[in-house]
Amino acid sequence: MTLPQSDRADSAAAEQSAVSAPPPIRRRPLRRLLTTSPVLMSAVLLFLVIVFSAIRPDAFPSLANAQNVVMDAAALLVMAVGMTYIMIAAGIDLSVGSVLVFAGVCSAKVMGAIGSDNWGTVLVGLAVALAAGLAWGLFNGLAITKLRVPALITTLGTLGAALGAANLVTHGNDVRTVPLTLIEFGVGGPFGLSWIVWVAIAVAIVGGLVLARTRFGRHTYVIGSNAEAGRRAGINVDNHLLKLYGLSGLLAGLAGWLSLARFATTTIAGHSTDVLAVITGVVLGGTSLFGGFGTVGGTVVGILIPTALSNGFIIVNVEPFWQEVATGFILIAAVYVDQIKRRARDRA
Amino acid sequence: MSRLLEATGIVKRYGHVTALHGADFSADAGEVVALIGDNGAGKSTLVKVLSGVVAPDEGTIQIKGNPVTLGSPLGARAFGIETVFQDLSLAPDLGPAENAFVGRELVKPGLLGWFGVLDSSKMRRQAADAFMSMGTNLMTLLDEPVATMSGGQRQSVAICRSIMWASEVLFLDEPTAALGVVQTRNVLDLVRRVAARGVAVVLISHNMQQVLEVADRVEVLRLGRRVAQFRAAGTNIEQLVGAMTGALDGSAA
Ligand SMILES: Nc1ncnc2c1ncn2[C@@H]1O[C@H](COP(=O)(O)OP(=O)(O)OP(=O)(O)O)[C@@H](O)[C@H]1O
Ligand SMILES: [Mg+2]
Repeated sequence: MTLPQSDRADSAAAEQSAVSAPPPIRRRPLRRLLTTSPVLMSAVLLFLVIVFSAIRPDAFPSLANAQNVVMDAAALLVMAVGMTYIMIAAGIDLSVGSVLVFAGVCSAKVMGAIGSDNWGTVLVGLAVALAAGLAWGLFNGLAITKLRVPALITTLGTLGAALGAANLVTHGNDVRTVPLTLIEFGVGGPFGLSWIVWVAIAVAIVGGLVLARTRFGRHTYVIGSNAEAGRRAGINVDNHLLKLYGLSGLLAGLAGWLSLARFATTTIAGHSTDVLAVITGVVLGGTSLFGGFGTVGGTVVGILIPTALSNGFIIVNVEPFWQEVATGFILIAAVYVDQIKRRARDRA
Repeated sequence: MSRLLEATGIVKRYGHVTALHGADFSADAGEVVALIGDNGAGKSTLVKVLSGVVAPDEGTIQIKGNPVTLGSPLGARAFGIETVFQDLSLAPDLGPAENAFVGRELVKPGLLGWFGVLDSSKMRRQAADAFMSMGTNLMTLLDEPVATMSGGQRQSVAICRSIMWASEVLFLDEPTAALGVVQTRNVLDLVRRVAARGVAVVLISHNMQQVLEVADRVEVLRLGRRVAQFRAAGTNIEQLVGAMTGALDGSAA
C-alpha cells in the first residue's frame, strides 16, 4: 500500500481504489433516524392535530383551517430558515420580528408614496423590504464580527432599535397603504395555497439544499462546530458570519413584505413574540442551540408546532395568550433536551 | 544550499507572557525533526507561528531560502505546510471524511460546482482510501460524528487529514498522546514513510524514547529559545533531558 501523495491526494487515492476493494461504508441505521428531532416532532405535531380535532371535530380538521395554519407558519418559516443557518453557526438573531416590522413599514410607506397600484409598485415595495432587512442584518453582522459584541446583545439591541425606528417612521400608527395587487397576491395561488405559502416553501427548499449540499452550507456547520478549526482550515469565519446575519435580515425583510400581503397593513404591534416562535420552531426541529447541527427540513416541521398550538388554542376557545405561555416553556424544555443529548454524546 | 524551512529570532508575546523569546528552528526536506522542551517551553506556539495561525511579533521565516510571510493558515497551506495541532482542530459534529476536507471541499464539475455543490461521494471515497492506506479503521466510522469517537480515533482523523495534504512540511504536535501501543507504532511508521517521500516532518513529543527512535535530529526549546540541537544518532536521553531542563548545554548539531 502506498500513501496518497501530498497535494496529489486526488490521483493517488484514485490509483488506490483501483487496486483495493472499496472499504465497507456503514450507513446511518434506521434506529438513529427514528430518534431524530424532525421525526419525533412530526409525531408530536400529529398528536396535536389529533387532540385538537377530537375536541373540535367541526372546526379544527378542515381544509380552511389547515390553510390558515400554513399561512400563519409561512412568514415564520421564512425567518426560521435564516435562523437555522445562524443557530447552526452557533449564533442567534433575536431581532427578526422587529426587522420584519421595520421592513414592512418602509415597504408600505414607499408603496404608498408611489401611489399607483400595479406590479411595478409591488416589486419596488419588495426591493425596499429586502434592502431594509438586509441593512439591519448587516448591521448585526458587523457589530458581532468587527466590534465583537456578543450576538445575543447585538440582536437584543436591534430588536429594540428596529421596532423603535418603525414606530418613529409611523408615529406608532399602522400604515395601510398596501396596494391591492399585493393583497390579491396573498389571497390565491395554486393547489389552494396562497402564494405567500409558496414563497415560504421555495425559501425552505433553496435554503435546505444550500445548507445540505454546498460548500457554503458545510462551512456553516464547521463554524458552529469549531470556529477555530474552520479558521485554521482557511475559512473566513467573520466573513461567513456577516453573510449569515445579512441573510437572516434579508429573510426577515421578505417576511415583512409577505406579512403586508397577508394583513394589508403593517401590524406593528403583532410581532413581539415572532422570535419566540421562530427559535422554538428551529430548536424543536433539531437544530442545536450550541451550533454544529441542524437541518431546514427539521425547521419546517418544528415551526408548525407553535403555529398549530396557537391555532388550536383559539379554536378550542383557550385564551390565545396560553399559546405564548406554552411556547415559552416548550422552548426551555427543548433546549434542556438538546443539552442532555449533547452531554451524553460528549461523554462518549 | 538553503534549508527547506528556516525560522530565526521568532518572538511572540501574549500580553505580559512572552511565549517565544527569539526562537530559531530549521528543517530539511525528507528529515524527521523532533522538537522537544518542557511544558510551556513554547513548542505549540512555535508550531502555530510556522503554520500561519499566529503572527509572530518579530523574526523571519524562510522557505527554500526566500523570506516569506505566512499571514494565515491558507498562506501556510499554499507552501505545502500541514499541521496536527495539539487540540486537533476538528469539527466534532462532522464525520471524519468531512473533517478531512474542511476548507478544501471538492465540488461537482460544471455548473453545479460553480454553485458550490459538494461532491460528497468523491470526498468520502478519497478519505476512506486514505484512512485505509494509513492503516486505521476509520473507514468503518465514516458516518460517526468525530465527537462520539475515542480520543485515539480523533487523533487518527487529525493525523490522516494532515498527511493527506502535506507536501513540504508536516507538524505533529504531540500526535501520539492519546494513542494505544499499536496505533502509536503505526503513527511512527507513517512519520518515516511521509519523510521518505521528501516531506520535512516535525514531531513534538514528551516521549524521549520515541524521539530518539524516530527522529533524525532533535531541537530543544527552553523558555522560548532554542537551546540545543542534536543528531539523534549518538545522543542519549540524559543529554536531551539535560538540555530541556538547562542542566547541560548541548550544541552538537
Ligand atoms: N493564547 C495564549 N494566550 C496567553 N498565553 C499563551 C497563549 N498560548 C500560549 N501561551 C503561553 O505561552 C507559553 C508557551 O506555551 P506553549 O503552549 O507554546 O507551550 P508548549 O511548549 O507547547 O507546552 P506543552 O508541552 O504543555 O504543550 C506558556 O507560558 C503559555 O501560557
Ligand atoms: Mg504544546
